[in-house]
Amino acid sequence: MNFPSLVAIRQAISEGQTTCLDLVNFHLNEINKQENLNVFLEVFGEEAQERAKSIDEKIKSNSAGKLAGLVIAIKDNICYKGHNVSASSKILENFESLFSSTAVERLLAEDAIIIGRTNCDEFAMGSSNENSAYGSVKNPINPNKTPGGSSGGSAAAVAANLCQVALGSDTGGSIRQPAAFTGTVGLKPTYGRVSRHGLIAYASSFDIIGPIAKSVSDAAIVLEVMSGGDNYDSTCTKREVPAYSALLNSTKTKRIGYLKDALENPGMDPEVVTLFQAKIDKLKAQGYTVEPIEFPYLDFLVPIYYLLTTAEASSNLARFDGIHSGFRSKNAQDLESTYKLSRTEGFGLEVQRRIMLGTFVLSSGFYDAYFAKAQKARRFVRDKTLSFFHDYDMLLSPTSPHTAFDLNLDYQDPTVLYLEDIFTVQANIAGIPAISVPMGIHSNGLPTGIQIMANRFEEAEMLAFSEVLMNI
Amino acid sequence: MSATKVKFSPVIGLEIHIQLNTKSKAYSTDATTYGAAPNTQVSPVSLGHPGTLPMFNEMAVKSAVKLGVACHSNIRERNEFARKNYFYADMPKGYQITQHHTPICYGGFIAIKDADGNEKKIGITRIHMEEDSGKSIHDIDPFHTLIDLNRAGVPLLEMVSEPDFRNGVEAYNYLSEVRKLVRYLDISDGNMEEGSMRCDVNVSVRPEGREKFGTKVEVKNMNSFRNVQRAIDFEIKRQVALIESGGEVQQETMNFDAAKGETVLMRSKEDAHDYRYFNEPDLQPVIVTEDYVENVKNNMPPLPSALVEKYVNELKLSEYDAAVLTENKQMAWYFEELISHTKNYKSAANWMMGAIKSYLNERAVDIENFTVKPAKIAACIQLVDDGKISNTIAAQNVFPKLVEYPDTEPLQIAQENNWIQESNQDALLEIVQQALAKYPAKVEEYKAGKKGLLGLFMGEVMKLSRGKADPKVATQLLTEELSK
Repeated sequence: MNFPSLVAIRQAISEGQTTCLDLVNFHLNEINKQENLNVFLEVFGEEAQERAKSIDEKIKSNSAGKLAGLVIAIKDNICYKGHNVSASSKILENFESLFSSTAVERLLAEDAIIIGRTNCDEFAMGSSNENSAYGSVKNPINPNKTPGGSSGGSAAAVAANLCQVALGSDTGGSIRQPAAFTGTVGLKPTYGRVSRHGLIAYASSFDIIGPIAKSVSDAAIVLEVMSGGDNYDSTCTKREVPAYSALLNSTKTKRIGYLKDALENPGMDPEVVTLFQAKIDKLKAQGYTVEPIEFPYLDFLVPIYYLLTTAEASSNLARFDGIHSGFRSKNAQDLESTYKLSRTEGFGLEVQRRIMLGTFVLSSGFYDAYFAKAQKARRFVRDKTLSFFHDYDMLLSPTSPHTAFDLNLDYQDPTVLYLEDIFTVQANIAGIPAISVPMGIHSNGLPTGIQIMANRFEEAEMLAFSEVLMNI
Repeated sequence: MSATKVKFSPVIGLEIHIQLNTKSKAYSTDATTYGAAPNTQVSPVSLGHPGTLPMFNEMAVKSAVKLGVACHSNIRERNEFARKNYFYADMPKGYQITQHHTPICYGGFIAIKDADGNEKKIGITRIHMEEDSGKSIHDIDPFHTLIDLNRAGVPLLEMVSEPDFRNGVEAYNYLSEVRKLVRYLDISDGNMEEGSMRCDVNVSVRPEGREKFGTKVEVKNMNSFRNVQRAIDFEIKRQVALIESGGEVQQETMNFDAAKGETVLMRSKEDAHDYRYFNEPDLQPVIVTEDYVENVKNNMPPLPSALVEKYVNELKLSEYDAAVLTENKQMAWYFEELISHTKNYKSAANWMMGAIKSYLNERAVDIENFTVKPAKIAACIQLVDDGKISNTIAAQNVFPKLVEYPDTEPLQIAQENNWIQESNQDALLEIVQQALAKYPAKVEEYKAGKKGLLGLFMGEVMKLSRGKADPKVATQLLTEELSK
């Protein structure tokens, strides 16, 4: 039972071939069978079954919502009322959320079924899902490989057919890179398109919730349901939400640019370049204008990203202090040791590293040299990036320089992994939408992904063009 | 002759935190009632739970604009918010949302009286919006500090003055003025004892004539105007004594110990926080348009300074009267209504400061709860002006009855109690003749030149008329009769 899309599921349901309950039971069974992947931190089995039954009734009485039949997993940094949420951190072990994120509320209102919460890098910080306090996730395509991160569990869940769609969050590529590594579709919407209310913050001016799916159409309908203004998030736009899922069949895209410098990067897997080139050739053959563009600022992207995201993170994570909610060290004696021990014992090493870095770049004496300069550079990169859309409808690049890498690599230098984000961070720096769709299988048997970036709020066109690009 | 002693002049600045009386918190929808049971006015947002974001409260902007307008400040159009990062047990997010580089109001002044009673303008550096923290309670549980987060996220305005004060009295007068303002504007209770107004002071001293400021010391935790004044005066003396004895003032933060009347070291400069301010990414900048400011301005109540000007210049009241009448908003409001019913302003002011005020003081009643409507007081004034009752009867007889039966008309009270003055000439003439008939010998003495006897005759007239005789008319009739 592997449906390519919700459309196919609804067809099957209407033909009596399956029911919501069958689907839930199927996925529960798969979750059980593939437990070794370590995808789920918690499965909401019985609850999902109960919900499936009631939605089956609704379908019978023709009163079901848009997402009836869709079984969804949520990344463990997205709040769901009455359920634990830990951001894969020990510091939030056994923490139960008192409210649901706006995204989850809206999915539930359209009769989606939430089957469980998925493993991820702690506080969404990482590119391999190995920074989880609850163990790393294995890539379903090859269990010796990482599924990518930070939404590794969500991507693996979809790739392994443990659910139909999974929600992830993307701060610098955390939806797109795992999608590329697992052969799935990963969509990062425009900053502010989906409310962040109920998303545990990593870097507030970068974070966004988005879907990982088997198909562009599933990503489209989930985005359509989640998007739109929200009083709980003043950075979320009230701009009208197009019916993305109904707009997939026509694309106006003609002119496409790709970052030439990116392909010449020495860290690139040559085969990924070849696969990317093949896509470009096919597009050209179909009459698209595809041109290389100069963007000599690639080297700035990762530093901008890390300076600003760690600064915001150092502040966002200050609330985990051992006093108010979450983990408190048993060895705490007084106020200061409560802070120090709880945070030292509760946070993993990568999270601690980023808090330290972020605290440093905001410190008096260093602020201007690092944070303020990075903010200026961010504005520059954003303006430069947006200016490309005067001449091009879409920008293309590989999603990642290579395919999924081995688990448990011994990195002497933790910043090596930071280069993972070289193609993906630009969209977060500029606040634009981007999507990763499968680009083809590498000779090593692993999937690759191609990334499409579009102008702000051009998700409809971007999704329609992705559908073209995937099938070309 | 010994060397002339160097004189020092103090430089003092005040930072006031004004807790706003908005119904909900600065960045969430929680209620803000003072004195509610601990941790009942909270939500995931004010508890800083993971996944929550601040929501902006427009009322805080409105309050800030009101205060800014009242202080003649500039109002900023584009208002950004910033995070001030530090760990504090009763601050659940680990940072405070405040304004850093873009305070909503900047510049302006508040006029106060200096120690000699002359007007002095205190410059306002800035007024910015921020949120309050919760409270740590150390004296309930012997082993733990308890935290009450009801106050966490309640909106505050921080108002920073220029270092324009020279002594504690000026600071006291400034605080009184600020409290009066926030109450007139209805943006805060302005109650220092309950903490809805809090004050930190920066004090330094420098040799007279020197331009460069001395090292400043910050003093915190004073819970009354008087203590602010005491702390400043103590701190000036301490610093001068320290320098005179060859010491050097250190940049420190002090606490004021009210019982001892002394400032006590709280932390030295080395312990100063690095707050790592940066723009709050969770809130969009708030745009305050000129139209918005204009609209707030047009809907603002009259301010005490404007009322004083009106009372002195238009109503021709004394400065003292004007000051007393505007001392608090409710008093001024009552007076404003009163003078909409009568044109006898002097009399109206006398009523306010005489009968009404002493009644309120005696009963410890606030004027908001005073049941006699201004229109009734105006009616009393009219009765006196018409010669129907005397001032004394009005204040000592009619007023107490009016308090007892606030719905009755003063005229009716006077009539029912037979207090209407006899100014009917015929009736009064009869009484005058009766009175004179009682003292034929004295009448002769008067006629012989003992004019002081008029008082005796007048007393008799009053006795016979049971106090209702209009004294003016009676005097006139008496003199006429006696000259016959």
